[in-house]
Amino acid sequence: MTLKLGVPSKGRLMEKTFDWFADRGIDMRRSGSDREYAAQVDGADVDLVLLSAGEIPRELQAGRIHLGVTGSDLVRERIPAWQDVVRELQPMGFGFADLIIAVPAFWVDVNSLDDLDAAAADFRRRHGHRLRIATKYHRLVREFLRDAGVADYQLVDSQGATEGTVKNLTAEAVADITSTGETLRANHLKILPGGLIHRSQAVLFKSRTADWSNGNKEILEELTERLHG
Amino acid sequence: MTDKITVRAEAERLFAFFKASGAMAIDADLLQPADTLLDLYGEDIRARAYVTQDPNRGEMMLRPDFTVPVVQTHMEHGGEPARYTYLGEVFRKQQADSGRATEYLQVGYELFDREDPERADAEVFSLFNEVLSPLGLRPATGDIGILKAAVETLTTTDRRKGALMRHIWRPRRFRALLDRFTGRDDMDAARKALLDRVAKDGAGTVVNAGGPEIGLRSREDVLARLAHLQADAAEPPISRSEAEVLDVILSLRETLPNAHQHLRDITVDLPGMAASVDRMARRMDALAAAGITVEDLPFEASFGRTTLEYYDGFVFGFVAEGRPDLPPVATGGRYDALTRVLGRGQEIPAVGGVIRPELVQQLREGLA
Repeated sequence: MTLKLGVPSKGRLMEKTFDWFADRGIDMRRSGSDREYAAQVDGADVDLVLLSAGEIPRELQAGRIHLGVTGSDLVRERIPAWQDVVRELQPMGFGFADLIIAVPAFWVDVNSLDDLDAAAADFRRRHGHRLRIATKYHRLVREFLRDAGVADYQLVDSQGATEGTVKNLTAEAVADITSTGETLRANHLKILPGGLIHRSQAVLFKSRTADWSNGNKEILEELTERLHG
Repeated sequence: MTDKITVRAEAERLFAFFKASGAMAIDADLLQPADTLLDLYGEDIRARAYVTQDPNRGEMMLRPDFTVPVVQTHMEHGGEPARYTYLGEVFRKQQADSGRATEYLQVGYELFDREDPERADAEVFSLFNEVLSPLGLRPATGDIGILKAAVETLTTTDRRKGALMRHIWRPRRFRALLDRFTGRDDMDAARKALLDRVAKDGAGTVVNAGGPEIGLRSREDVLARLAHLQADAAEPPISRSEAEVLDVILSLRETLPNAHQHLRDITVDLPGMAASVDRMARRMDALAAAGITVEDLPFEASFGRTTLEYYDGFVFGFVAEGRPDLPPVATGGRYDALTRVLGRGQEIPAVGGVIRPELVQQLREGLA
């Protein structure tokens, strides 16, 4: 068995990951044709596994890969008690995105989580159902709002175009990833002050459940030395 | 590892005890409609219950408790008064590292009685006390009604009281609200700036400047809340002395008679508390009449505040002393408000509790 490293299989995240490793003397490239999901690593004793960024948390959790590059938001959302399952080896300084709560800009009365809670209580009384927040980050949002003591809301699932849900009357507020806030503004939403749930970036994770025998531990040590080098 | 057959036998024994005490056996579906439970308990229940999808019936939950279906059945068909007992699995998601069971048996007893609520409280508590007595558990009691009455007597607006009432089950949030209402925390800068702007330009202008009206929460909703915020800013803070009394009540931990005496003294300054303290006294008498040694019975005013349940009066629990690793062996309480929510206009005072037979079995084995 060799050490397996999972990296995103396409797009900017893949390119940036390759660049990041190249800067540290480890050359990665896709092998064969552009459509083939195979890859090679030069300069380290590592097997490269190309995966969708969203599947990397699951593979780390199952221990089928030893190391993996993915967003810190995805690991926190998808792996219960994630600290017991994976360890953050290194934040990689790209793929920045904030998971935030956003509300319509004309809600001038809502400028804190306290306000959101009070507005939700009034909303439920007036409209007969809980204030709906559209998101795909159910676990992170629920834990965040529970810790903040926000009640009378409910989460509705939205796997894409989340910013449009308010206008479409399927939600009253949203919790989503944003990097510049551009899309939010275009949809007449504002970031709720105090509503920053998580600052995400690409992170190199180590699986605690993978098999670290057969020299894999030594390979990792050598690798980390070069990454810090 | 306790085997399921042994636990089931223990559960049957407890079930037989409640049936022999005059309760009617009742059962409930394993799959419960999710919307009722979500509406009742909020999003937190989703973190605790298993949700499953049926293309025809929508989201369903694996029964997280019996209370809701039992109340529903009673309100549809039941006569009064009514005593029910049930035995069956409940399902709860647990923290990944907690090692707690996600599927376990519950045996419960629920009493619906309009006539004499305190006697009903005492009946339920003493039954649990009797059936659990060989285990030497530590009982705990409390009364959410006392907390509610204490909030109700504060000299402040209904809106502030309503906000505190809403968060009685969330101690940290309750504390934050109280600190704001007593002026211990200053108004935050954003709120102050907003109210200044509203005073200067008028609420309508400020809302229009925010952006176009989108979504179900309307411009009218925003204006209504702005009016509330303005009114609240003009309100004097809740007095320090009142807040201190509330703190004393919240931290009260005594034997039942001492706690009662203490609260009785408080009613001299807060006559609004008298009715709920009277209820506490009647309950104490009823417990004594049911054979409970009330002199040693612990009372904690904040007991039951951190549960998901809907308790709003008497609350109780039985815990194995020296076993902080175990959840409570039994818990229960009064949930009148829940019957009001589920009854669509009807209500019936109700009190009940549940036992976890696998813990009973485990502890009995330890004794043997």
